[in-house]
Amino acid sequence: MKRVKRFLEKREPKLNENIKNAILIKGGNANATVTQVLKDVCALKKPYGVLYKKKNVTRPFEDQTSLELLSKKSDCSLFMFGSYNKKRPNNLVIGHMYDYHVLDMIELGIENFVSLKDIKNSKCPEGTKSMLIFAGDDFNVTEDYRRLKSLLTDFFRGPTVSNICLAGLEYVLHFTALNGKIYFRRYKLLLKKSGCRTPWIELEEIGPSLNLVLRRTHLAPDDLYTLSVKMPKALKPKKKKNISNDTFGTTYGRIHM
Amino acid sequence: MEGQSVEELLAKAEQDEAEKLQRITVHKELELEFDLGNLLASDRNPPTQLRCAGPTPEAELRALARDNTQLLINQLWQLPTERVEEAIVARLPEPTTRLPREKPLPRPRPLTRWQQFARLKGIRPKKKTNLVWDEVSGQWRRRWGYQRARDDTKEWLIEVPGNADPLEDQFAKRIQAKKERVAKNELNRLRNLARAHKMQLPSAAGLHPTGHQSKEELGRAMQVAKVSTASVGRFQERLPKEKAPRGSGKKRKFQPLFGDFAAEKKNQLELLRVMNSKKPQLDVTRATNKQMREEDQEEAAKRRKMSQKGKRKGGRQGPGGKRKGGPPSQGGKRKGGLGGKMNSGPPGLGGKRKGGQRPGGKRRK
Repeated sequence: MKRVKRFLEKREPKLNENIKNAILIKGGNANATVTQVLKDVCALKKPYGVLYKKKNVTRPFEDQTSLELLSKKSDCSLFMFGSYNKKRPNNLVIGHMYDYHVLDMIELGIENFVSLKDIKNSKCPEGTKSMLIFAGDDFNVTEDYRRLKSLLTDFFRGPTVSNICLAGLEYVLHFTALNGKIYFRRYKLLLKKSGCRTPWIELEEIGPSLNLVLRRTHLAPDDLYTLSVKMPKALKPKKKKNISNDTFGTTYGRIHM
Repeated sequence: MEGQSVEELLAKAEQDEAEKLQRITVHKELELEFDLGNLLASDRNPPTQLRCAGPTPEAELRALARDNTQLLINQLWQLPTERVEEAIVARLPEPTTRLPREKPLPRPRPLTRWQQFARLKGIRPKKKTNLVWDEVSGQWRRRWGYQRARDDTKEWLIEVPGNADPLEDQFAKRIQAKKERVAKNELNRLRNLARAHKMQLPSAAGLHPTGHQSKEELGRAMQVAKVSTASVGRFQERLPKEKAPRGSGKKRKFQPLFGDFAAEKKNQLELLRVMNSKKPQLDVTRATNKQMREEDQEEAAKRRKMSQKGKRKGGRQGPGGKRKGGPPSQGGKRKGGLGGKMNSGPPGLGGKRKGGQRPGGKRRK
């Protein structure tokens, strides 16, 4: 009885939410490349990601019910669906859900893929928080790119922590938007001595590396998106009364006599 | 001479510092936007160097990544750090990027019956100590739970009270009473839960499958069924102990349009008299009850507010405000003794108050 109660409590809506889990699904025609991509991403997202071994014959852009059902069953709000068509070779659909309904869904085509297993010395310890960097002004220009950026952040963010061990920062995911393509690279951080406290950074490329092309998008309507982003009142930082800040940074207080 | 050498030293020190910082500084046209809570950095500079590069811009990408990462690391190293078990740990700020939630916001639960009552009366939970002194064992024991201080179940001697049957089993009676109390508590808990879930699914109001209907609904359904015969319920028999349904008459009674002229004239004249009179027509009983109820609610709300403020300001104002013997504004309305007795009176709504306070005022539910 208690076990059931704990299970239900884990799944119910809360003020501070759980870490989002991801499901990685293979489509009806998924070739070796796409499967390897899904496996690599699963390794990156461990333990907050599950890769389904069986192929699911669905078309996300036409019918979202089976995806929503899977997400509801497994309590996962992020998904990645890989498939292969003649028209859309090496296709990858990334999406996130709100209340078990698809919120945003973006289709990306994989052009160049270097897998984890092709690169030597590539290890992926579980649960490390990677740093994320988005480069290129394209990420703020169109709504598509903006939503893509927020989707990628949501996907690769990892658990939210309040403290982080500085020596434990190891990996960087770097997304560059250039000429309509998105270059995804992952580097390992090497901290070298510099003259002062902050170290000098050197990067070593480790897998996986993808060149992505933006294909179709299915974005949520603006009002649904703003509803999902809404922060509950309890979590908003409480404003201290009678204290105000100047543009120069001076803090003013008010005393009532 | 000394002055010159000091100056030289200072200048040299500055130069050294600048050199050191040179290694880690990166020059960018536009500053990056940082979200340290998510370990995120956004570079808005247009990637001009990359555009010049060919189809495989690996080296350029790597250089760009190195620069951006250096900037991000610089920011991270400026955060306040603590030392935790031989590792340096930085304290991250809250994430600033607004990312969508997984599930909708939790709906507020409706208050349980006790919470509603306590809110109305202004009852707040008393803080009790965990340990109580137990005379029998001569040590501090828990208030409840394993090895508690006054354990009823462990008694080996129960005196038969004067008015009880001498052959009755007092131990069994105690066990039975406990079972009944537990069952009643469970029933109330489930009822509160049902009410909470009913609120969470407001779409199912009014229509319930059999087995899930409340007493009122069953009564209503039965009445409707009784009247749904060909003779509109005239020849339906009632069960032996069934009482006649109350309140099933007409809700409003209208006088016929024309009939009793004398009564109509009397009513109209009475209405005009009331409207013209200077003194207000007051139903004293209803007015006093309403006033008492309002005062109760006001006091409870005020006490709640004061306790909240007291908690926030570390209790500085709270006890200070209450030491004046209850909220002073109420002293005018209540006469004497009631001012001090707010919480200690019997909790029931039909609690006895001295009738002398207001002439003819009676407590009515």
